[in-house]
Amino acid sequence: MSTLHTVNKSPFEKNSLADCLGYAKEGSAVLMYEDGVYGAMKGSTVAEKVAAATGVKFYALGPDLKARGISQEKLAEGIEVVDYAGFVSLAVENDKVSAWV
Amino acid sequence: MKFAIQVNEGPYQHQATDSAYQFAKAALDAGHEIMRVFFYHDGVNNGTNLTTPPQDDRNIVNRWSELGKAHDLDMVVCVAAAQRRGIVDEGEMQRNGKDAQNIADGFRISGLGQLIEAGIQSERLMVFGD
Repeated sequence: MSTLHTVNKSPFEKNSLADCLGYAKEGSAVLMYEDGVYGAMKGSTVAEKVAAATGVKFYALGPDLKARGISQEKLAEGIEVVDYAGFVSLAVENDKVSAWV
Repeated sequence: MKFAIQVNEGPYQHQATDSAYQFAKAALDAGHEIMRVFFYHDGVNNGTNLTTPPQDDRNIVNRWSELGKAHDLDMVVCVAAAQRRGIVDEGEMQRNGKDAQNIADGFRISGLGQLIEAGIQSERLMVFGD
């Protein structure tokens, strides 16, 4: 059973990404969108936690990255950028969705 | 796949309703079904027909109405949340002795049971909020 976790809060504002990572099992996916995309940047204090989550695949929503001026080279390694169609696909491909709103 | 969508935030307040709309549109474009969109908490404000945003801004309410019409979506506004925030249809107007109604096209007011049902009958319940 794989779960898609959706995180829409900046990790510098709320703890939802950290909480999510505490629950995310191996094989699950985490999609960062809205202000959650700040968690996908490299070099931040959060990046280490994201890198340490082995077996979890990370995604970030392209339009929300673009709206915040976060270009590809600012992203941490291993983050896959998806569009809304990709967001839908992630929801379909995983067995359930958990929204960390 | 059969989706249900829950929207907990109002228009122009938080990105949640924009995200929910974009997700809904992408899901429909991909051929999936959306069996219900449930507007809860401040999300009920997406269902008022009294908004007049500037012409160069997106009209969030009309956008939902148009998507609902194009795809025959069941767009439900939570009754208790609506009563608190002044979202009124014909029935609520009469029941509560109000002199106006403002429910936008394609929306209907109903109870929380509709959210529970959506959670049971859909394969994925997508929650958008703050």
